Amino acid sequence: MSASSQADYLTTSKNHPAVAVVNRRPVSRKAKIGFGAIGLITATAWALIAFARGEHVNGAYFVIAAVGTYTIAFRFYAKLIEAKIVRPKNDRATPAELYENGRDFQPTDRRVLFGHHFAAIAGAGPLVGPVLATQMGYLPSVIWIIIGCVLAGSVQDYMVLWLSNRRKGRSLGQMIRDEMGTVGGLFGIIGILVIMIILIAVLGIVIIGALASSPWGVFSIACTIPIALFMGLYLRFIRPGKVGETSVIGVVLLLFAVVAGRWIAESPTLSDVFTLTPVQLAWALILYGAAAAILPVWLLLAPRDYLSTFMKVGTIAVLAVGVVIALPQVNAPALSMWGNGTATIPAPVFAGKLFPFLFITIACGALSGFHSLISSGTTPKLVEKETQMRVIGYGGMMIESFVAVMALVTAISLDQHLYFAMNAPAALTGGAADTAAQWVTSIGLGGTWDADPTGLAAYLDAAAKSVDETSIISRTGGAPTLAFGMAEILSFMGGDAMKGFWYHFAVMFEALFILTTIDAGTRVCRFMLSDALGNLPIRGMRRFKDPSWNIGAWLCTLLCVAGWGSILLMGVTDPLGGIYTLYPLFGISNQLLAAMALTLVTTVVIKKGYLKWAWIPAIGLLWDLVVTMTASVYKIFSGQQSIGYWAQHVCYVKTKAAALQGAGAEGLTVTQNAAGADVFAWQGEGMGACSVSGTMDNLNAVIRNTAIQEIMSVVFAVCVLVVFVVGVVVSVKAIRAGGLPVTEEPDQPSHYFAPAGLFSTKEEKALAAEWAAYKAAHGEGPETFEESLLELAEGIPDEMGPLE
Amino acid sequence: MSLSAIVGRASRAWRAVVWYAQSVLGEHDYDAYVAHLRRHHPDQPVPTVREYWRERYARESREPAARCC
Repeated sequence: MSASSQADYLTTSKNHPAVAVVNRRPVSRKAKIGFGAIGLITATAWALIAFARGEHVNGAYFVIAAVGTYTIAFRFYAKLIEAKIVRPKNDRATPAELYENGRDFQPTDRRVLFGHHFAAIAGAGPLVGPVLATQMGYLPSVIWIIIGCVLAGSVQDYMVLWLSNRRKGRSLGQMIRDEMGTVGGLFGIIGILVIMIILIAVLGIVIIGALASSPWGVFSIACTIPIALFMGLYLRFIRPGKVGETSVIGVVLLLFAVVAGRWIAESPTLSDVFTLTPVQLAWALILYGAAAAILPVWLLLAPRDYLSTFMKVGTIAVLAVGVVIALPQVNAPALSMWGNGTATIPAPVFAGKLFPFLFITIACGALSGFHSLISSGTTPKLVEKETQMRVIGYGGMMIESFVAVMALVTAISLDQHLYFAMNAPAALTGGAADTAAQWVTSIGLGGTWDADPTGLAAYLDAAAKSVDETSIISRTGGAPTLAFGMAEILSFMGGDAMKGFWYHFAVMFEALFILTTIDAGTRVCRFMLSDALGNLPIRGMRRFKDPSWNIGAWLCTLLCVAGWGSILLMGVTDPLGGIYTLYPLFGISNQLLAAMALTLVTTVVIKKGYLKWAWIPAIGLLWDLVVTMTASVYKIFSGQQSIGYWAQHVCYVKTKAAALQGAGAEGLTVTQNAAGADVFAWQGEGMGACSVSGTMDNLNAVIRNTAIQEIMSVVFAVCVLVVFVVGVVVSVKAIRAGGLPVTEEPDQPSHYFAPAGLFSTKEEKALAAEWAAYKAAHGEGPETFEESLLELAEGIPDEMGPLE
Repeated sequence: MSLSAIVGRASRAWRAVVWYAQSVLGEHDYDAYVAHLRRHHPDQPVPTVREYWRERYARESREPAARCC
């Protein structure tokens, strides 16, 4: 072996070549200048975002600030984490090598695993949150998305991946139990289950917001089901294993379904068939979810997942190219009147102040607790070398964050009057263009529209027509707004004629991601529920752990679907608007899951004796705890009707009491609505001032919903607090003892070679050739996936990953 | 650069893209599994592509993997 002063070779046996190369090459002058330049450009972009105002703000600054910050953070901060905490050993065998079974444990090419991991973590979340957050202005959102990602989100993903990788790929719940005891573990698992259920329900509400009364959208998303079934059958019986070919066929069919949607929308009879109300869509989604979770994986879930992966990478790339080419001018203010607290009316898109509610509205993209379930699930069992976890864990999250930045740019480049007309609930906009224009010009956004409500109404109508929808008023949930923005940005391809296609294309892929999350989520939920039930110390319950016991599996599936289905129905029938009331719960639950994961990480770091570096996961943890606990306290205890679930509940209970008393009750006025039902309006004192109006059905719905939301908020918060307190207790013990044993698996020498980072160095290429020769000499075929594809892999262009 | 060199590069780049897309979707997993069996369990029968994918989907149904938001 050639000795080199610039590289150390890690050797575990005399019988085969070295298993890894440690790069000792000093940072070149060129690289130093390069990073200096990137730093300067990034700082300039940030300064422009922070201080430039009005017409001078351009989407380009956001893209440059994001890419520059990620590059610097990946090169320096992630490296620091690697050097001080993760301390990867590339001569240590990873679970993939040690337990290789060709199935779930399998050393997988790092570039492929990166794609895998990204496809598993990214979905509709980073596309939706930033759109809603636009209400506050762009500045706080962009800071939270980018800085939150590099200091919290990426740190969580990377470090959970590391923990799980050193523990045979154990799940988050198991690791909490192993490292923090049974109490912590129990609350951890309950928390994870409840969080998954609310997450699925809210994603369902998002997609119903986009599909309700949109025959084009409903048709194209309905088509994904027969397309997936066809792909499943094709793969099973005609071309087993040809997933690439099958996916291409599926994508072509899907694009055709989006095109064909226009004909459906234009046909008077067919458009009626595909025009569904939110409640009908909710039932359709529930039936679909139950069926998809019970049908065989090969028939529906797996092919849909292929489609989803394909579309995910494809459309995100299209959006990125669109944003970079169009470089749209920004129309939103840096801080809106709700952002700086000068507004006189309550925030219409989501309730509450910038702090803490912005930081839970943007969850995916900045910090997403759900990722910890992926970083401790499939991915850690596939990693070839410990150093590769930096690009997969930390880097994968950076790409998701970038998706969120692009979604933000898309939303803030829209006309802001249009934005609020689309995103405020129908209770405010009245649901029609003229009433929406009246309302949106009265709230004080400023600009020329305010003096011209009639002109705005015509503009809103034209906007709906431009994407072939009958109306875009109060299409809440973020997905329609993003779709509209994408149609604007992508109109450089195909012009105005294509806008309708792009809009429905965007709606379709968001729905596709969400449906994939719903059926995969229901299955995971069922799996965790059977596991939890099987662990109960009651006779006969063990049977739930037996995967071949179908009745048990169906029962658990039914319970899970009933769980998210009832919340979904509750959301779509909520008189206050499902997104407005439930999105905070989604954000809080996702961030609380992150708090659990970061508590685990911080505790283990302290147990390992790295107290000095515990601040790295603790920054994210403490910030996240402050945000989520403040938000939970507001949601649970606030006396303000628009913010606190309980305050809302009390207002409606008192209104109902007054309504039952009849017309003479104090503060009550009774009118009749168009349908002839009594509408009760009540003004009075609940926990604070109350102002309620609705039919008896409305009152009952809100009373029930707010009670459930209140209970769920309390359950989440308690679960997380228990886990956190247990974490603190264990950490204090560890600090006193100067460290405690952890459940990491003992080191085993590696006998497998793979490059340390995304790209091979010169030495690594030479070593790979050495391994190939060694194996040929020993009569072994190429051992690794890497080597068997060596020749092909050589041809992979270097542009294939994020910047190193 | 000569024309044939350009064509050669383009075809290699195209093959790399196809290789990558197929790998992310799992098209090469069967080969990896067969290689694994030959190396570590030479006595065991090698499943056909069809058998492999049937078993794989059955396993994915027993141990579902999460997809995030």
